[in-house]
Amino acid sequence: MPANFVPTQADYLRFLPEIIMVVVGTLIMLLQGMMGDNKKRSLTALTLLGFAAALAAAVMANNNPGTSFTNMMVVDGFGTFFRVLVIAVGILTVLSSSQYLRREHAESSEYYALLLFSVTGQCVMATANELIMIFIGLEISSIATYVLAGYLRDDKRNNEAALKYFLLGSFATAFFLYGVAWIYGTTGSTNLSDIRTFLVTPGVHRNLILPGTAAALMFVGLAFKVSAAPFQVWAPDVYQGAPAPVTLFMSAGPKAAAFAIFLRIFMTAFEPITSRWEPFVWSSALLTMIIGNFAALTQTNIKRMLAYSSIAHAGYVMVAITAHSQIGIAAAMFYLAAYAMMNIGAFAVITHFSRQGEKFVNIEDMAGLGWKQPVTAGLFTIFLLSLIGVPLTGGFFGKFYIFKAALDADLVWLAVLGLLNSAVAAYYYLRVIVVMYMQEPGESTVTLEPLSAGIRTTLWATALGTLILGIFPSLLLNFARNSSALVK
Amino acid sequence: MTLLDVVIFLPLVAFLILMAMPKESPEGIRRFSLISSIVVFIVSLGLIGPYWFNTPGKYVFENNQPWIETPSIRYHVAIDGISLWLVILSTLLTPLCVLVSWRYIEKHVKQFYAFLLLLEFGLVGVFCALDLFLFFVFWEVSLVPMYFLIGVWGHDRRIYSAVKFFLYTMAGSALMLVAIIYLYNASGTFDYPKILAGLQSGSIAVTSQEQLLLFLAFFIAFAIKVPLFPLHTWLPDAHVEAPTAGSVMLASVMLKMGTFGLLRYCVPMFPNAARNCSGWISTLAIIGIIYGALVAMVQPNMKKLVAYSSVSHLGFVVLGIFTFTQQGFDGAVYQMLNHGVSTGALFILVGFLYERRHSLEIASYGGVATPAPKLSTVFMITMLASIGLPMLNNFVGEFLVLQGVALVNMRMTAFAAIGVILSACYMLWLYQRVFFGKATEDLTHHMPDLNLREYAIIVPLIALMVWMGTFSQSFIPAISASNTVLLGPVDARRDLHVRIAPPVQPVAARIEETPDAR
Repeated sequence: MPANFVPTQADYLRFLPEIIMVVVGTLIMLLQGMMGDNKKRSLTALTLLGFAAALAAAVMANNNPGTSFTNMMVVDGFGTFFRVLVIAVGILTVLSSSQYLRREHAESSEYYALLLFSVTGQCVMATANELIMIFIGLEISSIATYVLAGYLRDDKRNNEAALKYFLLGSFATAFFLYGVAWIYGTTGSTNLSDIRTFLVTPGVHRNLILPGTAAALMFVGLAFKVSAAPFQVWAPDVYQGAPAPVTLFMSAGPKAAAFAIFLRIFMTAFEPITSRWEPFVWSSALLTMIIGNFAALTQTNIKRMLAYSSIAHAGYVMVAITAHSQIGIAAAMFYLAAYAMMNIGAFAVITHFSRQGEKFVNIEDMAGLGWKQPVTAGLFTIFLLSLIGVPLTGGFFGKFYIFKAALDADLVWLAVLGLLNSAVAAYYYLRVIVVMYMQEPGESTVTLEPLSAGIRTTLWATALGTLILGIFPSLLLNFARNSSALVK
Repeated sequence: MTLLDVVIFLPLVAFLILMAMPKESPEGIRRFSLISSIVVFIVSLGLIGPYWFNTPGKYVFENNQPWIETPSIRYHVAIDGISLWLVILSTLLTPLCVLVSWRYIEKHVKQFYAFLLLLEFGLVGVFCALDLFLFFVFWEVSLVPMYFLIGVWGHDRRIYSAVKFFLYTMAGSALMLVAIIYLYNASGTFDYPKILAGLQSGSIAVTSQEQLLLFLAFFIAFAIKVPLFPLHTWLPDAHVEAPTAGSVMLASVMLKMGTFGLLRYCVPMFPNAARNCSGWISTLAIIGIIYGALVAMVQPNMKKLVAYSSVSHLGFVVLGIFTFTQQGFDGAVYQMLNHGVSTGALFILVGFLYERRHSLEIASYGGVATPAPKLSTVFMITMLASIGLPMLNNFVGEFLVLQGVALVNMRMTAFAAIGVILSACYMLWLYQRVFFGKATEDLTHHMPDLNLREYAIIVPLIALMVWMGTFSQSFIPAISASNTVLLGPVDARRDLHVRIAPPVQPVAARIEETPDAR
């Protein structure tokens, strides 16, 4: 960036969502001290308001697409898609959290501020156009999420989750940064399109060892963030240990944003050396699906099971990346949106069900839920069927588009093995349905209170989203297809 | 909007209304389900219209609307002479199943009937869909309600059976989905008539090896559903554990999804592969016929016996299809309907016995004929129909199948005919042990004869058995006309005339040409 750079109005407008969220987040921290305990509720409202304003700003910014801050960030369909997605995840997280926090006597402003900061980081990731911006976004998002994972600081499991997440996460980000350094050393730029131009220029790409190594190092960092094998080991422990609404958030927001930068880096900067990284992503995708699905089969803790399922779903998205085509990008975008819907729904049910101290998080505890709270269980069934990939749900079309993209790219074996994997996956999701509907209610179900308003809103919204994506997928897919041309 | 759309969506509307009804009045829920399913049945009879005076081989009640833009998926439905009867079979059995469950289902009444109606929606859709994708959607949609019917309202080992049922079908359909997408990539459409025409004219290029793999992907999905030996192991479990209505819908209609798929999709789309594989498939079918019958013979459990007899009967259907003769095809379709009526009736009658005595073990019965002569009579007729007695329905189907087999392979006919004999053995022996002999005091006390509701259920089926056995001409012309069309490319009497695409360049060579294409 030149020293005498002065941002224009358009630059600010394109960056408005991030500005709004940072301002609201800071405001919340300041207001905390001035408010009595009985005013805490207004913080929730303020956070929601901030997110809603950011959402509107993100949508408006897309009316005037283009690059900003001398090419540091870019507002395009792809970026807007992920911005809207992560902000929506933020809104749903707030709605699902408030009751949980009250129950745990932990309602305070930091939670909401951290959430806002984390989403800000993810928005930066979604629109970043060069590696340093990506790194900054990644760090803003990650550091806030590390703290959120250990939010209940008196709880041992929370502490364990946060520490593990923090140590391993920093390690992975270091790998990513090292990769950035290598690519800067090789190409003299951190801008994604400049790197691409360098790599496609004839003559210089004879020696692919340096950019190849840089790609490998970045792959390590990114694979960690999306919990792809063999860097998935942290995910089950962290997802299980973190507070349920935070797990809800982590499995949707940061993951989607990490995939956004994964797609952007590998489909623009490293697109010329596809043949180098394709075999690695191919095997990582397969390994991720297999490890996720087979490990999930034997879990008894539902949070841990969904953690492994989340690994498996990352594997499906990796299949789309392996296809490295525009259809593949669109498929990955659609899938991440559908996945966010169904997974947030599932975790919202768990947040509601787990009760104080997360006492009831085993699959067996949900026995008889189907007859005790038919609406909750019915919506949960929709999410589970969508996770299985039964038609007329978003999960089905997500898988369908991904495997179609894979077949388009001649990845027949990956598609066949992936689909057989999803048949294996049916087993562990069905087990939850079995327990809910086919077993007699136990103590944990009988003592269940009715749904809180926030969680009810989340459940209905996500269920509706899941079904709409499953019955009229064109609504979203057309947008994804139109914005999947990343190479400009 | 055609009459067919009404038949497809009416059950879904009824399902949605039912879900909104209060669960406190089970009687109202039962009445509503009964009335709505009868209305669907009556409306579906209107589908016979175009077949009344002439017998078009082509599709009627066609409706082709866009549904999803990318990829182009259309709501394309229509019926031909085969799906006509299968749709009517589904709509006929649904109200009967509502009646069957009237007293038997006491817990979660609302959900039970809701799932039954949703199942009807899925089943009717499967038989009408002409878009491969739509077909797949209905195929999977029918899976979910059946899973719940078995898993929630079944007997002791219901959970094991329900999950096994779900996973078997799911694994098969995963392969089918790959094949469907592969066909889409080759042809650019999911529309079945277009794909079929393209494959037959050679404008959609598939090599013979691709054809074989695609055939197998579809075949495995359908063979699991039929079920063909050795993929049948989910069936006895599912049948034994399901509630009566579940068993009836499963045996009478759901298994036909498999044989219908073979006939409608597998054979006409991939005639060369089908012809090449017919040897081992027919062998498996015959093994299924004999093995199913032998295993049925030694079952101590009535439902399991009927379930294994289904494996045997469905073997006939598959055998008939893979003769590639008009008689074989006609017999196979007729046998699908016959099996639906007579095995459905057998499951219903076993359900009647179970409601009285709360046991499925043959050993806990004996001498039922004394306290319940009417029940014994209808059981006798149904059993004779299932054996294949002339004048009753199964005879016609089995005869046609055997005739078709005889046209291509006499030795196979001999083996298949053994199955007919064995079916007489296990059925008559079952009848003897359950109905004859001296009734114990306890049994007589718990064995009232048929009541009005039970008459209403079983009499239509008995009437159909006689009608289909004596006036098969009411049904067969429509079937025959459609079969002739399907048979075109695979007819056993003709040499294959489907063009095979020239072998394409090896994949490696193509990539070298365009290194940066992707």
